[in-house]
Amino acid sequence: MKTFTYERVRTPAEAAAAAARTPGSKFLAGGTNLLDLMKLEIETPAHIIDVGKVGLDKIEPTPAGGLRIGALVTNTDLANHLPVRRDYGLLSRALLAGATGQLRNKATTAGNLLQRTRCPYFYDTNQRCNKRVPGSGCAAIAGFSRQLGVIGTSNACIATHPSDMAVAMRALDAGVETVKANGTTRTIPLAQFYRLPGQTPHLETILEKNELITAVLLPPPVGGVHIYQKVRDRASYAFALISVGAIVQKDGTGRIAVGGVAPQPWRVETAEQLLPAGAKEFTAQLLQGARPTKENAFKLALVENTVAAVLNEARH
Amino acid sequence: MDESNDYLFSRREMLVSTTLAVTGLALLNVTGAEAAPVPVSQAKVSFTVNGQPHQLEMDTRTTLLDTLREHLHLTGTKKGCDHGQCGACTVLVNGQRINSCLSLALQHQDDAITTIEGLGTPDKLHPMQAAFIKHDGYQCGYCTPGQICSAVAVLAEIKAGMPSHVSASLLEQPQATNMELRERMSGNICRCGAYSNIAEAMSEVAGKDS
Ligand SMILES: Cc1cc2nc3c(=O)[nH]c(=O)nc-3n(C[C@H](O)[C@H](O)[C@H](O)COP(=O)(O)OP(=O)(O)OC[C@H]3O[C@@H](n4cnc5c(N)ncnc54)[C@H](O)[C@@H]3O)c2cc1C
Ligand code: SF4
Repeated sequence: MKTFTYERVRTPAEAAAAAARTPGSKFLAGGTNLLDLMKLEIETPAHIIDVGKVGLDKIEPTPAGGLRIGALVTNTDLANHLPVRRDYGLLSRALLAGATGQLRNKATTAGNLLQRTRCPYFYDTNQRCNKRVPGSGCAAIAGFSRQLGVIGTSNACIATHPSDMAVAMRALDAGVETVKANGTTRTIPLAQFYRLPGQTPHLETILEKNELITAVLLPPPVGGVHIYQKVRDRASYAFALISVGAIVQKDGTGRIAVGGVAPQPWRVETAEQLLPAGAKEFTAQLLQGARPTKENAFKLALVENTVAAVLNEARH
Repeated sequence: MDESNDYLFSRREMLVSTTLAVTGLALLNVTGAEAAPVPVSQAKVSFTVNGQPHQLEMDTRTTLLDTLREHLHLTGTKKGCDHGQCGACTVLVNGQRINSCLSLALQHQDDAITTIEGLGTPDKLHPMQAAFIKHDGYQCGYCTPGQICSAVAVLAEIKAGMPSHVSASLLEQPQATNMELRERMSGNICRCGAYSNIAEAMSEVAGKDS
């Protein structure tokens, strides 16, 4: 690990200001992704701003009837929060399907959204990777791509976003609340939060440099049956090959976001109008324009079959 | 990190107490030709381990795991993968289990840390330690401290009503069934495959608890 200086900050504004003051700095939340990447020297911050104790660890009801989830709320606390279990079951289910009890105790809401890809070539510093070293090429496209993306990818990068939580947040129409170094705040709909790779796969979100996430906002609950179906190589403790996060209403309408297929949780609102028609029709529209590799083309059928299973489960 | 680093660390502690020091590695590099010293950042942290208060000043990069093993010489906690994947480094922080390898010591200001040494002693075993012995919940024993810390936390999580991935309902009180225990323990890998005996040890302790 490269050496770095370290500071603890007490307020979100202090954090954003500290970042603007110190070049090469990074926020540290739980550390479960950042420290891992620092050990491999894939991330090499010169300065660490520990935001663990800035007081963003509360979940509060919003005036609109939704929830405001502090950026530092742990994945464990979020999954176990009673109103989340009751009204946003999809979110609890997605969180509980991710990582392990130990990791969820440290992993935070903001850190989870910003965790980086699990593409094996991104992790292997001997390989070419446009995301890790812009312009160096992509070893994955002609390589072992079974786990990688099938849609929203580019000829520069076919990595997926690995978060389970983000899939649920996307289906729930979550918004990301932030503060910039100059003190201004904004709320970014999760639908606009991630960037597709294009020719710049190292730029993953629309966050500005030094912009701190302060909370994630959930709109009021929408009812329905909540299901998170994660398909993976082991029954527990593995990243998704694909996952389907669904909220299905009695009349057969609903929302579905899919994980493991794209550089961001993949949801196409217009395709959802086809849900009452069935999984085949819906999935054809959801994955229209997909460009799988030979090794991961199975994901197209896997999504359709999992959507079918989820719709079937929702009916019973 | 092997034993020989202890010497470098203690020598460094004697040499420097300012924020800039010379790394153990840089000292190693001085083999005839002058190697440029690599500046290292130090910072302070205080927390308790097994009830004992500690005030430390160390290289900012030091993980909680390395702090416990190399600085406080509590070698019960083990280093397996060092990337949060195997669970051998599991300790309890304020009663919650975490992977101590994916945490900087500096993140633990004012925390109460419990390691396997703090759960029980050879004369006064924690019920989970006794149950692991009774049910043969290990072979080589390397993952065992992490397994036991995790197991203690798992039963507390079930008691507190926290659901898991395999719980049928998110709202009903979960039970310590074999399926629940296996799901909740999946972050602790055992190369010897003592899983079924670990689950039996946990079931016994869960039964006594309720
Ligand atoms: C072995 C293993 C298995 C895993 N399995 C899964 C899985 O199955 N599913 C899954 O979804 N995840 C999985 N994870 C990933 C895990 O969920 C993430 O590591 C975790 O959510 C990251 O949160 P953190 O708080 O630890 O982030 P950190 O590591 O602290 O930070 C991650 C990034 O976010 C930035 N950041 C943090 N907070 C803020 C903020 N408030 N504002 C702006 N930037 C911020 C940091 O600078 C850093 O770049 C796994 C991880 C491991 C190690
Ligand atoms: S797919 Fe993306 S992350 Fe993976 S090697 Fe290619 S550029 Fe890197």
